[in-house]
Amino acid sequence: VSTLDTTTDTARRPFPGRRLRLGDFLLQVIAGLAVVVVLVLVGLLVYKIVQGARLSLSTFGLGFITTDVWDPVHLTFGAAPFVFGTAVTSIGALVIATPLALGIALFLSELAPRGILAPVTALVETLAALPSVVLGLWGLIVLAPFLLHHVDPALHSALGFIPLFGQATYGSNIFTAIVVLTIMILPIVSSISRELFLGVPAEMKEAALALGATRWEMVRGVVLPYARGGVAAAMILGLGRAVGEAIAVTQVVGGLSGTGISWNLFNPGDTLGSKIAEEYQGASSGLELSSLLYLALILLVLSLVVNLFAQVIVRRVARRQGALAR
Amino acid sequence: VRRADVGSLQRRNDRLRRRRIVNRSMEAVAWLAAAIAVAILGVVVWSVARQGVSQLSWDFLTKPQNLYVPTAPQGLSNAFVGSLVIVGIATAMALPVGVLVAIYVNEFAPRLIRNFVSLVLDVLTGVPAIVLAFFVFYLIVVPTHHQSGLAASFALAIIILPLVARATIEVLTLVPNSLREAALGLGAPRWRTTLGVVLPQTIGGVLTAATLAVARAAGETAPVLILSSLVGAGTSWNPLHPLMSVPLAIFELTDQPDQLSHERAWAGAFVLVMFILVASLGARWLATRSRRKLGQATR
Repeated sequence: VSTLDTTTDTARRPFPGRRLRLGDFLLQVIAGLAVVVVLVLVGLLVYKIVQGARLSLSTFGLGFITTDVWDPVHLTFGAAPFVFGTAVTSIGALVIATPLALGIALFLSELAPRGILAPVTALVETLAALPSVVLGLWGLIVLAPFLLHHVDPALHSALGFIPLFGQATYGSNIFTAIVVLTIMILPIVSSISRELFLGVPAEMKEAALALGATRWEMVRGVVLPYARGGVAAAMILGLGRAVGEAIAVTQVVGGLSGTGISWNLFNPGDTLGSKIAEEYQGASSGLELSSLLYLALILLVLSLVVNLFAQVIVRRVARRQGALAR
Repeated sequence: VRRADVGSLQRRNDRLRRRRIVNRSMEAVAWLAAAIAVAILGVVVWSVARQGVSQLSWDFLTKPQNLYVPTAPQGLSNAFVGSLVIVGIATAMALPVGVLVAIYVNEFAPRLIRNFVSLVLDVLTGVPAIVLAFFVFYLIVVPTHHQSGLAASFALAIIILPLVARATIEVLTLVPNSLREAALGLGAPRWRTTLGVVLPQTIGGVLTAATLAVARAAGETAPVLILSSLVGAGTSWNPLHPLMSVPLAIFELTDQPDQLSHERAWAGAFVLVMFILVASLGARWLATRSRRKLGQATR
C-alpha cells in the first residue's frame, strides 16, 4: 500500500519561489486536458443515455421497471422480464461460480503440487482472456445440446417439485445462459481470490499451524477471515461482469417471444443486454428506441452501483490491511 | 484415576480423528472443485482448438466472405482487415490520452483529484460494452445517419483508455523518486524530467497494458455489432464506412442455421483466440522484462 505513495509531496511541488516554466505549464495543461476529456466523456455518457431515454421516462415513469409487457404494436413497453432475466442469470451464475472459484483458489494457493500449479493457472488465465462471442459460440453449439439432453431432464426429475426446474424444450434457455456466465466469471473470482489467499501473511498461517490447527482449520480460522472483504469485492466484480454481458447471453438465452416472466429456468428468456443487442436495429418507433435506451440506463445504473460498491470494499480492505501490515 | 485418564485420552483421540477427517474431506472438496473447473475450462479450450484447426486453410485466411454464394470457397480476410483498422485506430486514439491522464494523475494532481480520477477510471472500466456502444450510437451514428468503422473505433477506445491509464498510473508509482530528484537536481525542468527520465522507465509496463487492452478490444462484439455491422461485400480499408470484424463475423455466423457457417465461425474463433493468446504471452514477456529493468533502476 505504501508503494502507492512513493511520489512524495515534496517531489511533486515546484520549488518555492521558482517561476513556472513554459514547458512545465504546457505538459501540465495537455495532461490536464486529457483528464478533462475523460471526465467530459463520462458525463456525456450519462447525459446522452438519459436524454435518449427521456421520451420513455416521461411516458412510463418508474412503472417501466415493473411492467411485464413489450408490445411494439400497442406502444406499451416495460422492463420487468429483462430485469428479471438479468437478475436470475447473474445471481445464478454467481451462486454456482463462487464455491467453485473459492475451491480453485484454495487449491492453487494451499494444496496444489508444484507440477499441477503452472498448467492449471495457465488454463484459468486462458479462459479469462476468451472473448465472450467465442464462449457464446461454444455455449450454443456444444453446451446447449448437452444440457438439453443430459442435464436439464436430470435436474427436472430430481428437483422438479421446485418451479425453477420445469420441462426443457429448447437448448437455448436461461439455464444455459447461467452456465455460460458462470464460466465467464469463474476465472475473475478465482484469480482475485487466489491473489488474496497468497497475500495472507505467512506468520499468521504458521501461527495457526503451530497451535496445532489442521490445514482446514487454518484456512477457516486465518485465511478466509483475512481475505473476506476482498473475496466479497471479487464476487461483486464478477456479478458486475455478468450483469453487463450482452453478447454471449444473446447467443444462448433464446429470446423472449411474447411470454413474460417465467420461473422455469429451462424456458428461453432475455436480459437487459440481450434485449438491446437484439432490438436496437428493429425499433419501429421513437418510443421503442427510447425504451431500449431506458433499458440501457437501467443497465448503466446497475453497473455503476455494483462497481462503486466493489471499489468501496476494495479501498476499505486495502486500508485495513495496510493498518495490519504496519 | 487410571481409568479416567484412559477415558480422556480416548476422547481426545476421537476429537483429533474427527478433526483430521474434516480436514481430509475439505481438502477433497477443494481438489474436486478445482477438478470440475479445470474440466469445464479444458473442454471449452479444447473444443475451440479442435473445431477451429480442422477448418483452417489458406483460403480462409486470404479470401473475403462471399455473401452471395455461401458455398463457394471463402474466408474471413475482410473481417481480419476490418478488425485491424478498427482496433488500430482505437489504440491510436486511446493510448496517448491514457498515458497523459496517468501522467497528470501521478505527477501533477493533488491527492484529492488523484483519488477522484482513479475512481472515475475504475467505474468507466465497469460500464458494460453494450451501454458504451449505445452511447456512441447516439453520439455519432444518429447525427451522421450512418454506421462507420470509426464509430466502432471510438467505442473501443473508451474501453481501452481506462485500462491503459490505470496500468500506467501503477507503473509510474513504481518509478523510484530518486530518479525524479536526480533529474530535478541536475536542473532539468519538470516536463523534461517527466518525459525524458520518468516516462522511458515505464515503456515496458505501458506496452504490456496496451497489448492486453488491445487483445481485450479485439474480442469485443457489442460495439462493432451496434456501430459497424451493415457491411458491404468485399474487403474495405475505409474506416468511414462500416467494416466487418472478426467478433462480428463469429456472432453472425453462429446465428446462421447451417453447418458450413458454424464451421467458419469456429475457424474465426480459433484465429481470434490465437491472436489474443499470443498477445497475452507477449504482454507477459514484456512485463517480466520491464520489471527486471525497473528492479535494476531501483538498485
